[in-house]
Formats: sequence, structure tokens, C-alpha cells
Amino acid sequence: MAIWSSEGSAGELTIKIQGRFDFSAHQEFRDAYEKTSDDPKGYVVDMKETTYLDSSALGMLLLLRDHAGGDNSNIEIINCNPDVKKILTISNFEQLFAIK
Amino acid sequence: MDKKSEKELVEANDETLRILIADDNDSDRLILKTIVRKEGHTVYTACDGQEAIDAFKKESPDLILLDALMPNVDGFEAARVITELAGDNLVPIIFLTSLKDAASLADCLAAGGHDFLSKPYNRIILKAKIQAFARMRRLHETVQDQRDKIIKHHDHLIHEQEVAKVVFDNIAHSGCVDAPNIKYLLSPMAVFNGDLVLAARKPNGGMFVFLGDFTGHGLPAAIGAMPVSEIFYGMAQKGFSLQDILREINNKLKRILPVGVFCCTCLVDFSFRNETAEFWLGGLPDVFVYRKDGTLENFRSQNLPLGVLSGDKFSTETRVIPMSQGDRFYMWSDGIFEEVNEKEEMFAEEGVRKAFEDNNDPEKFFDELIEAVAEYTNHAEQDDDHTIVEAIMVAEEDLGEYFSESDSRSLIGGPPDWAMSYELRPLTLKEFNPLPLLTHLLMEVPGLRPHSGKIYTILAELYSNALEHGVLGLESDLKASPTGFAEYYGQRVSRLNELDVGSVTFHLDHKPWENGGRLTIRVQDTGPGFDHGDKDDNHKTEGYSGRGIPLINTMCESIRYLGNGNQVEVVFVWSFDG
Repeated sequence: MAIWSSEGSAGELTIKIQGRFDFSAHQEFRDAYEKTSDDPKGYVVDMKETTYLDSSALGMLLLLRDHAGGDNSNIEIINCNPDVKKILTISNFEQLFAIK
Repeated sequence: MDKKSEKELVEANDETLRILIADDNDSDRLILKTIVRKEGHTVYTACDGQEAIDAFKKESPDLILLDALMPNVDGFEAARVITELAGDNLVPIIFLTSLKDAASLADCLAAGGHDFLSKPYNRIILKAKIQAFARMRRLHETVQDQRDKIIKHHDHLIHEQEVAKVVFDNIAHSGCVDAPNIKYLLSPMAVFNGDLVLAARKPNGGMFVFLGDFTGHGLPAAIGAMPVSEIFYGMAQKGFSLQDILREINNKLKRILPVGVFCCTCLVDFSFRNETAEFWLGGLPDVFVYRKDGTLENFRSQNLPLGVLSGDKFSTETRVIPMSQGDRFYMWSDGIFEEVNEKEEMFAEEGVRKAFEDNNDPEKFFDELIEAVAEYTNHAEQDDDHTIVEAIMVAEEDLGEYFSESDSRSLIGGPPDWAMSYELRPLTLKEFNPLPLLTHLLMEVPGLRPHSGKIYTILAELYSNALEHGVLGLESDLKASPTGFAEYYGQRVSRLNELDVGSVTFHLDHKPWENGGRLTIRVQDTGPGFDHGDKDDNHKTEGYSGRGIPLINTMCESIRYLGNGNQVEVVFVWSFDG
């Protein structure tokens, strides 16, 4: 498991998660969005290399959403593999995030 | 190691040790004793292996300098015995030897020694080695100490959890999860479980079954489960609707749980009389219905878990499906679905489908499914909590009589002789379920409480007839087919949303009567009514509105229609003898 974050040209913060996204990623994931200097215009969570997602990861995504302004947040989740997508769908997270 | 403890170790290099010297050669022993004593340590001496063992037992020294070759018991044997006697404690043994060949030196370590020191002794090396082993010994003590503390804390924690679990079980399992039509498997990873199964009979004879799966497991999950159980049982018993209960639990969890902790949920309302299941599914995997005719249907979650959305955004939209007697309803926590095999594939829906195809006897499906999951994971240790619930549609009689928990309430006090009218107008009809309030009011009549189930049923049937057929103008014929059935409930929702005129009025009148009381319930709606002809109370109204009215007939003294058929009056006579 590894997490990178980078700021894009449009002022958005991209967070990439590699491997299993579960409770062990808790601190790293938080650092990825809490330790940025400016307020990003939006967030992109890139799951291209995420193999697995558990319910505590869902909780972490909710924490990010809260951090990003709750109902006014602008968060995209992109490049999900079918397993990851399924878990997001079961939980109906498309009602809270833009899943692409 | 942090700076502080490093510093402590350096300072501790000067500490005084108790050292046992065992050597059969008098002069060697004396030289060594002198050197060691000069360093400030306390010295004990022995002349052979046996003496060394005895001295160890008596003095339990911190460090032993042991000659390899001695009469009686030699150094190797003594080292073995002493190491055994020391048990968990580390007693460093340094062999003293004039042997020079590698094999002999290696033998010293193989026999349990920690190091060796060649004769003739070098004072500087000796001093350094004593210090090095003193350090190692302290490190070992620290580790042991921490280990003991961990064991103690662990035991303490387990004990606390066991006590807390008793409290938890008493609260969470006070309902009817052991009813004959329910099977469930809860397999906890810790003493506490992130999963929660609740079931309660409703005053109208139906049953609520709840499956919840909290994020994470153990203590935090169990703490969240407490208010859920309390709300569920409290509201179910008072006759609140599925929507009311969901909204209340969601609001409570949203308020008390930190962001990121939530409860994936399935709440089902089984109506044994209407043979329907109404359910709300949020964040759990698909629920399945295994029909008696051998088909399998699945229904997908359409909602976010409980505790995520605030009250104004929370949707209590449910699905209602017909269920015949013998149909089986299955719900699961995601632990089942996320169960991973050695190739890291998930069990998921295909696994359930496969188990279904392999099944010959629906009676055994529940057990086969559990077995299938276990086989799939090759009986490996569980990754997550596993919960499966099976609930079967049965005849209400098979479940026995409903008894409210407060049956034993005192008969003293309360109003026996009164009347009231209660008119519900469109805004109220849209949002509010009046049945819990009216039931609650009626239960204040002394002695009436044991009849709460029947009274609730009568009120509920009359109210839904007045609202659905009277005010909303829905045709009950629609419900005859499964598609019409969905259509009926769809129309009910849309017409209720658009409602701007109309009302339902309850007239309640209670009087003491012989050895008990006489309750008259008149329900009037603003609908067009229907032609009830000259039907009187002996002429039972067959065919009208499905099962509701014939059911009420069996419970009360009389039932009659008034006016143009938009009023119905029911008389319920009861006695203290039941």
C-alpha cells in the first residue's frame, strides 16, 4: 500500500492509492489531503492501482468529503477496477462522490 | 530506542552486579575473583559444576563465569542445568577456557553459553564483556516486563469485554431473534461484533428484522449498536412504522458517530397477514428472496448506510414485495461478500448463485451457504464479521401470540370513561403515522394493555382503508398481481404527495362495561364511500378490501358502515379476564 498526492494545473489535488485501501492507510491518506498548503479547488482520488477497498476505506472517503466541505465538496473518484467499483456501488457512494 | 533510555543504559554500566565464578583451578579462580571484585561487583565462587549449580540456586547471581572443564559436573552440563533453572530469566553465562580450537569454542556456545573468555584473562576485555552482558540482561528484563504487562492488560480487557458483552446481549437480544421463522449466524472476530441482528414482533402481529453492519468491529461498533437496539425495540413495540424507526436511528447515529463511522443496514417489515415484505436497504449487499417455486430474486441497495446523511437528505423510500408462505428472505453483511479466497477473489454474488444452483432442499440452504463460504476461504481465519439472516414468510399462527413487554403493568389508575375525535388533514396524512399515538392513548385505559395487539390491528386496518381507498381513491383490485402490487404502492406514494384536500377522522369512545370495557372506534373519511346497501353488523362484508375487514370481524363485537359508506364503526368489548 502506498499513497501519493500531487497538485494539478487546475488547482485540484490528486490522491493516488496503490494496493489495498484499508485501515492501515488511515494516517497516510489523511496526511495526503491535510498537509497541503493551499486549499485545493477540488479533489481527485485515483484508484487506478487500488486493488481492494474495505469499509474503513469508505469511512476515510467520508472524512475527506467532510474535510473538503461536506455537501459543497468537489471530489471525483476515478479509474476504479470492477471490484472497487462494486463496493462503492453497494454503498451507494455515487450519491456523495462523482465516480468516473 | 529513544535518547533517554540510551542514556540510562550508559549510566547503568557502572552498576554493581552479583557474579558467580566457577573454576576448579584455585589460582585462576583467585585471580578472576580479584579482578572482578576490583570492578566493584559482588562475587560468589564455586570449585566445580555441582557447586556452581548449588550456588546459583542459593544466590541467583546476575552473571556467571564458568570454567568449561571441571571435575564432577563439567561446565557444559552445569550451563545446561542453570539455563533450565533460570527459566524465562536471562542469566548470561561466559565460559572460561584455555581451549583454543574453533570447535571447542563453538561447543561452549552450543551448550547454552553466551560467550567465552580465553585464559589468560585480559582485564579490559573482561570488563567490557561484563558490561555488555549486564546491558543485555537489562534489555531482556525490560522486554519481559513489558510482555507481562501486555498479558495483564489483555486479560483485563478480555474480562471487561466479557462483562460488557453480557450487558450488550441483554439489550441487543431482547427481541424475538429466536423466533421459529428466523435463522441467523453471527460470527464475531472479537468478543464484540460489528454486526447486529435484531428482531421484534409488531403490535399488529407483523415482525421487524434488522441487520446492521458497523464500520470496523469490536468496541466502537458495539457502542454504536446500543442506541440502535434501544430505538429499534422501543419504537417497534409502540407500533411505529419502518420509516419512523429508520429516520430515528439515522438521526441518532448521524449525531453520535464520528464522520467515517456508519452502519450498513437492512430493515425488513414482514406482514404475515398481507404476505408482504417491505424493506429498506442501505449499503449492504443485495438481499435475496428464495421463492418456494424455486426461483431466486435479488434486490439492490439504493441508499447510503445509516448515519451518513443528515435528516433532511435522508430517504426512507422502501420497496414492498409480495411473499408467499414458505418464501425465504436472505440478508448479509458485506463480510460474506468480501470473503477472499487464496487467489484473492471475492465470494460475492456469483458464490451465492452457485450455492443456490447446488441446493436441492430450501430447508438446508442456510447451512449450505455457510459451508460454501467456509469452503471458499478454505477455512482460513475470518477477515471480517460474517452475518447471514434467513427469515421465512409463515402463517402468523405459527409464531404464537404477540405479547407486549409491558403486559404486567399495574391496573391501577388511568381513564376508563372518555371520548375524543381526532381529525387528520392532508399535511398530517402525508408525514405522520397516527397509530402509535392513538395506541399509546388507548393503553392508558386500565386493563386494556393486554389487548394492544388487536386494537392496533383494528386501528391500522381501518386507517389504511380510509386513507388508501377513501381519501386516495386507490382500487384494492390492483393488488391481485405482483406487477399491480408494485403499481398500487407506487400510486399510493405519488397520490399522497399530491394530496391537498381530504381528511381522516377517528372518533374514539371508551366506557366501562361489565367486567372490563367497551371501545367504539368510528373512522370517517372524505372519500365518496361505496354502496354498502343495508348491510348490518351480522351481514359480514365479504370481498371488500382484501383481508383487512374479515380479520377485524374476528376480533370485535360488531362492525357496520354508516352514511354513504365513508364511515365505519367497530365495537370492541373486552374484559379483565382476557
